[in-house]
Amino acid sequence: MKGYARYFSKKLMWFIITFMAAFLLNFFLPRMMPGDPVAAIVARMAQGQSNATGVQAIYKQYTELFGTNKPMMTQFFIYLKNVIHGDFGFSFSQYPRTVASVLKSSLWWTVMLQFPAIIIGFLIGNILGVLAAYLRGWYDKALMPLSIFASGLPAFGMATILLVIFGIILNWFPTSGGYGFDLIPNLSWAFIWSMIVHYQLPFWSIVLIAIGGWAIGMRSMSIYELNADYVKYSRFMGIKDKKIIQYVFRNGMLPQVTGLALAIGTMVGGALVAEIIFSYPGLGTTLLSAIRGQDYPMISATTLIITVMVLIANFTLEILYGFIDPRIKAAQSD
Amino acid sequence: MKNTLKQVFHSGKFVVGFIIFMFIVVTVFIFPIFVKTDPLLTISQSSIQGSFLPPGIYVNVYDSIGTAPYTLMLDNAATMRIASKLSPDDRTAIKEWLVKAGIPETQIDTTDTKSLLALWTNNYDPKKQIPGMTFAKTRYYQRLNTSLQGVLSTEGLIFATKNAETGALEQTGSVAQSDYVNASEVPNVRLLLLGTDSFGRDVMPELVSATGTSLLIGIVAGLIATTIGLVLGLAAGYMGGVVDDVVMFFTNLFTVIPTIVLLILISFSIGQERRGAVTIAVVIGFTAWVWTARAVRAQVISLRNRDHVNLSKLSGHPVWLIIFTDIFPYIASYVAMALILQISSAILYEASLSILGLGPKTTITATLGLMLNWAFYYMAPSLGKWWAYMPVIVVITLVSFSLNLMNTGLDQVYNPALRE
Repeated sequence: MKGYARYFSKKLMWFIITFMAAFLLNFFLPRMMPGDPVAAIVARMAQGQSNATGVQAIYKQYTELFGTNKPMMTQFFIYLKNVIHGDFGFSFSQYPRTVASVLKSSLWWTVMLQFPAIIIGFLIGNILGVLAAYLRGWYDKALMPLSIFASGLPAFGMATILLVIFGIILNWFPTSGGYGFDLIPNLSWAFIWSMIVHYQLPFWSIVLIAIGGWAIGMRSMSIYELNADYVKYSRFMGIKDKKIIQYVFRNGMLPQVTGLALAIGTMVGGALVAEIIFSYPGLGTTLLSAIRGQDYPMISATTLIITVMVLIANFTLEILYGFIDPRIKAAQSD
Repeated sequence: MKNTLKQVFHSGKFVVGFIIFMFIVVTVFIFPIFVKTDPLLTISQSSIQGSFLPPGIYVNVYDSIGTAPYTLMLDNAATMRIASKLSPDDRTAIKEWLVKAGIPETQIDTTDTKSLLALWTNNYDPKKQIPGMTFAKTRYYQRLNTSLQGVLSTEGLIFATKNAETGALEQTGSVAQSDYVNASEVPNVRLLLLGTDSFGRDVMPELVSATGTSLLIGIVAGLIATTIGLVLGLAAGYMGGVVDDVVMFFTNLFTVIPTIVLLILISFSIGQERRGAVTIAVVIGFTAWVWTARAVRAQVISLRNRDHVNLSKLSGHPVWLIIFTDIFPYIASYVAMALILQISSAILYEASLSILGLGPKTTITATLGLMLNWAFYYMAPSLGKWWAYMPVIVVITLVSFSLNLMNTGLDQVYNPALRE
C-alpha cells in the first residue's frame, strides 16, 4: 500500500504543478494582447455619441469595473482571489452577464457530449483493432486504410461531412444547436427528445474520428502480443481462441490507457472545433464568440476550464492505471 | 541510404501516400503558371444571388449577343427551355390543379415536362372555378398560365437601344430561339470550376494558393517542432542529470496542457494585426515539439549504454560526434516519421485555429483553415453552397491521409513485427 500512496502523491503533485502553470499562462497570455479591449467595448457602446466627456466617463467607469487600470500583478492576485470564489469577472462582450453564468451552462453541454463520445470511441476502436490483428485477411485489409483515413480526418472535417449527409441531404437530424430553437429547457419529454436528436451528429463525429487512431494502435499492440510466449503456450494448452483474444485485449489495453491519458487534451481540442460546426451550445461555441468579441476574461476562463477538465481526466486515468497495472506503480516508486 | 530508400519505396502504402502528396505539391506549383490571376481578387459582385456563385462556365451575355449566331435545329430545345423554367413547386401546383379538375392522378407525371405541359394546356381554363380554392391561389394559377404561354411562344426576342436624342427605343437586332453561339468565339468566357466564395473570389485559384500556404505552414511548423524535439530529446536522453530533469519537467507539463489551449492563448495575445502565416507556423512549431522530445529521449536512453557507444566514448570521441554518428542513425527513421506526422498535425492545427477566428490575418493570404472559417461564418453548409467548403475539406483530408499513409508505410518498413 505504501507504493500506491507514493504513486498517488507523486501524481497529485504533478497535477498541482501543471495546474499552476496552466493558470499562469491563462492569466497572462491573453492580457499581453496589443490594444485596449475596454476601449473597444466603449467604442462599440458609444457609437453615435458625440459627447467626448461622456465617452471618457464611460471608459473610466469600465476600466474600474473590469479592473484594467491596476498594475498587472495586482490584477493577478485579485483574479486569483475571485477565481477561488468561482468569480471570473464580467464578460466584456456580453456585459452585464458574468463569465461564470455564461460558462455554467456551456460546461455541462461539453462534458455531456465529449466524455461519453471519447470513451465510446476509445472502446470501439480498441475492439476493432484487436479483431483486425487476430482475424487478418480482408477484414484487416479493409479496416486499416479506413482507420488511417478516419484518424487523419480532422474532427471538423468529419463533422461537416456528417452535417451535409445526414443533416442537409437526408435531413434526418437537425444541423445546429443543442435543442430545438422553439423550446425552453425543461424536463418535458419533447425537450429531452429534441436534445437526443440534436446530440447524434456531434456525438458520432467525435466517436468516428477517435475510432481510427485507437484501432491502428491496438492492432500493432495486439500483433505484438499475439507473438508473445503466453499466447503460444495457451494455444499448446488448447485454450479456446475466444479466451486468448480476451487475454490479448487486456494486455494490449494497458498501453492504450496511457495513450488515452496523453491524447485526451488533443481530442478535447478537436471536439471543441466540431462543436462550432454544429453550433452546439458548449465551450467551443462560447470560445468562438469570446474570440470574436475580444472578450479576454471569457477566453481566460474558458481555456482554464478546458485545461482543468483535461487535467482531471488525465489524473483520474493515471490513478486508475496505477491500480490496473501494478508494474507502473512499482517502476515509479523505485 | 540507397538501400533504405529502395526498401521504403517497396512499401505500397508509402508509395500511394507519396504519389497523392506529390500530386498536391506539384499542382500547387504548376497551377499558378497556367492561371495567372490574383487568388484573392473579388470577381463576383451580386446583391441578388449573394456572392456564392455556383461552379460552371460563365459566358458573357452581352458578348454572346454580339457574336455571329449559328442556327441549330434541335427538337428537344423547347422542352429543355421550359423544363428549366418550371420549378418543382410549380410542377406540384400544376399537379394539384389537374387533380382537382378531375384528371386521374396516375396520368400525371411531374417529372415528364412534355406530357405535363400538354395536360395543362389542354385542360386549364382560367375561368373555371374550383370549389374551396382561395382567390390568391386562383390568381397564382392565372399568372402561372400567362408565364407558361410566354415560354411556349416560338418567337425570338428583339433587343433595342435608346436613341440618344429622342429617347425612343430602336431595334438593333434580334435572336431566334434556334440561335446558338459557339462558346469559343465569345470573347469573354470564364470557367469557375469551383464557383466563388463568400467574398466573390474564384474558389479554384484561391484553393490552390491556400493549399500552398497551408503546406508551407505545415512544413515550417513541422521542421521547427522536430528540430526542437530532437535537440531536447538528444540532450535530455544522452546527458541525463539536471538537463534531463529540466527537459522532462517541461515535457510533462506541456503533454498534459492541451496544445490547442496554448495555441489559442498565444495566437490571441499576438493580436490580429501581427498574425501572418509564418507567425502562426512558428507558434505551432513551438508548441508541438513535446511528443518528439519524449520519444527521442526514450530511444536515446536505450541506446546510450550500447557497446558501440561505449567504445566511441573510450576512443575519446567528442560528444557531438558520438551523438551524430553513433546515436542519430538509430533514431533517424523515427525522426523522419515524427516529422511527417508533425507536418500533418500542424496543417490541422492551423485549420482549427482559423475556424476559431485566430488564424493568419485574413486579407493577405488564404489558408485552408481561413477558407473554412469564412465558409462557416457565412453559413455555406446550411445555404447548400457546397463548393465553398467541400473542396477545402477534401484537400485537407487528402493531405493528411497521404502523410499518414506515408507514415504507416515507413512504420512497417522499420518495424518488421507489423509486416504482413
